[in-house]
Amino acid sequence: MGQFTPTPHDPDARGHFGPWGGRFVPEALIAAVDELAAEYDKARLDPDFVAEFQRLLRDFAGRPSLLTEAAKFAEHAGTRVFLKREDLNHTGSHKINNVLGQALLTKRMGKKRVIAETGAGQHGVATATACALLGLDCVVYMGEVDTERQALNVARMRLLGAEVIPVKSGSRTLKDAINEALRDWVTNVDETHYLLGTAAGPHPFPLLVRDFHRVIGIEAREQVLEKAGRLPDAVVACVGGGSNAIGIFHGFIDDADVRLIGIEPGGSGLDSGSHGATLTAGTPGSLHGAMSYVMQDEDGQITEAHSISAGLDYPGVGPEHSHLKDIGRAEYFPVTDAEAMEAFALLSRTEGIIPAIESSHALAGALKLGPSLGEDGLLVVNLSGRGDKDMDTAVEYFGLADGGRA
Amino acid sequence: MSLADVFATARAESRAALIGYLPAGYPTISGSQHHLRSMVEAGCDLVEVGLPFSDPVMDGPTIQAAAEQALSAGFRVRDLFDVVSSVSEAGGRAVVMTYWNPVLRYGVDAFARDLASAGGLGIITPDLVPDEADDWMAASAAHGLDRTFLVAPSSTEERIAMTAKASSGFLYATAVMGVTGARDVVSSAAPALVARVREHTSLPVGVGLGVRSGAQAAEIAGFADGVIVGSAFVSAVAEGEGAVRALAADLAEGVRSAAATV
Repeated sequence: MGQFTPTPHDPDARGHFGPWGGRFVPEALIAAVDELAAEYDKARLDPDFVAEFQRLLRDFAGRPSLLTEAAKFAEHAGTRVFLKREDLNHTGSHKINNVLGQALLTKRMGKKRVIAETGAGQHGVATATACALLGLDCVVYMGEVDTERQALNVARMRLLGAEVIPVKSGSRTLKDAINEALRDWVTNVDETHYLLGTAAGPHPFPLLVRDFHRVIGIEAREQVLEKAGRLPDAVVACVGGGSNAIGIFHGFIDDADVRLIGIEPGGSGLDSGSHGATLTAGTPGSLHGAMSYVMQDEDGQITEAHSISAGLDYPGVGPEHSHLKDIGRAEYFPVTDAEAMEAFALLSRTEGIIPAIESSHALAGALKLGPSLGEDGLLVVNLSGRGDKDMDTAVEYFGLADGGRA
Repeated sequence: MSLADVFATARAESRAALIGYLPAGYPTISGSQHHLRSMVEAGCDLVEVGLPFSDPVMDGPTIQAAAEQALSAGFRVRDLFDVVSSVSEAGGRAVVMTYWNPVLRYGVDAFARDLASAGGLGIITPDLVPDEADDWMAASAAHGLDRTFLVAPSSTEERIAMTAKASSGFLYATAVMGVTGARDVVSSAAPALVARVREHTSLPVGVGLGVRSGAQAAEIAGFADGVIVGSAFVSAVAEGEGAVRALAADLAEGVRSAAATV
C-alpha cells in the first residue's frame, strides 16, 4: 500500500473521525482550507507529486531511516526493542516528512509565503529548511518561553533565512504560537500557507499531516519483518499533537495483534495538575480548529500544559488520536518528566544515541511496558528526534556542567 | 423586542443600527455592566457581550488583553448571564459573542436556555460555521435565540448563501481579512462583500472589524444595516465612562449622518 492510498481510516468529507475533527475555524479561513483540501486530493493522486515528494525524502531528508535494535537498552526493558530512527533524518526529527510535503503543496497552490508555529523548534527548523530549499518566504511563531529554552533552534531558523517571532501572549508556549499563526493566516491568507506542524487543526490538516508521516510506519513494518521475522507486539510513540505517533501507527493499524501505544507527557505527575496528558486526563472540546480531547477547566477555558519537553507542551491533540482512543484501537498513558529524563540518560549511555526529550517519553513507556511482554516480546519505539537541541535542559537537569553525570 | 425589531426600527429611521461590543468582566463584572448600560443610553441599539476566552484567535491585542484581564480577575461563564441580564433589565438589547468551546463545555442547550432566560437575543459565533452547528441550530430554535454567523471577503457565493440561510436576526460581515482591532480606514472590501450578501438574503447585514470613529460609522452606514464597534469601546473603557459615552454618541451620530441608502 502506498503512502497516499486512501484507507478505511480516513475521515469523512468534512474531516470527521467519528465525532472528532471537523472545522471549528472562522469563516474567513474556510476558503483556504477548502483550497488546501482540494489541492491535496489532486496531489495525492498525481504520480509527479508523489515522485517529487519521494525524491526529496530520499535525496534530501535521507530516507529510509534505519531501524536499529537496541540490545543493551533492551536489557533494562526486559523485552526486545527496535528503534525507528527518525532522529537520523535531515534536521534531526520526523518533522521533515510533513514539511516537505506541505512545502510542495504550497508551491502547487502558487503561494509564496509560509508561516509555521513551533514548540521545541524542530518543526520550525524543518520548515525553515524546506523553505530555504524551495525558495519560499518563512515566518515562524514561537512562544517566548520556548525561544529561551530552545535558543539554539532559534539561531538555526534564523541562519536558514526564516524570521522567528517570539509570541508574548498567554502562556507564551506552543498553543499561543498557534494562536498567533492563525491570526497571521486569517490576515494574509491569499498569499500565505500555514504549514501546521502536527496532525491537528482543521480538516484537511489531520489527514494530510498523517499521510506525509505514514512513510514512518510503512518503512518500520517492512524493516521489522525483515530484521525480526515478525510483527512487534506493540508500537510505542510519544504524543504531543501526535504526528510522529499517527505516522508510525498507520503502518500497523490493520495488524490487529499489534498494540498501538501513545505516551503522553505526565509532567510532574497527573495528580500535580502540572502535565500535558490530554488524552489521559482531558475532556472533549474544540481547540485550534478541531474537536478533540483538550485540557480545559469547567468553563471551557484552555488550561496550560506543562512538560519538560517543549515539543509535547500542548493542551490539545490530533483528532484521530481521540478517535483511536475511543474505539480502543490505540492506548495512551503518561510518563513523568523524571521517567523521561531517566530514559533519555539510559539510551545515551547504553546505545550511544542521545534522543530528543520528546522521544524519551516513548522510551520511558517502553521501559514500563517491556516487563509485561517478557524476553520473547518485541517493541518498536519511534525515536522521533535527536537530543542535541535538549542539551541545555539536560545540563541543568543532571548538573552536567558541575561534573555531574546522568 | 427581537433582533428583527432592532433593525426594523433603525431602518424606519433611515439609518443603520449601532452595535457596540464589550467583554463581560472587563474591567470588572460590575464595571462591564455599568459600561454596557452607558453604551445603550448613549446610543447603541444593540450590545454584543463578549465571553472572555483563553485562546481568542480572531482577536487583536486590545480585546486579547481585555479578555485576559477579565479571566485573571476570576471571571466565570455564569457571570456572563448576570451581565446580559443587567443590560436587558435596563431596557437594552444584548447578544453574546463567543468562541465555541466555552459553549460546548457549558452544554449547548443549557447555554441557550440560560442566555434566553437572561434576556439575551442570540449568539454571534466567530469560530463556528454552520457546517458544524447542528447542536446550536437545535438549541437556538428550542430557546428562541437568533444565530449570527459570519461571512468574510473570502467566502464563496455558495457559502454566503448557505451561511445566510442558517442565520437569523442579522449576518455579520467581516470588513477585512484579519482580526479585531481599530483601523484608520474603512476596508474597500466591505461594500463589495455587503453587495454580494444582498444577492442572497434580505437579512440585515452588520459590518465590523476596524471601526472606531463616527466618520467611519457614517461611511459604513451608507451601505450596511448595522455598524459594529468593538476594540474602540474596549480602549475607551480604559479612559473612563466619559470616553465610553462620547464614543457611543459620536458613532450614533455617524450612523444617522450617512446618505439614506439603507
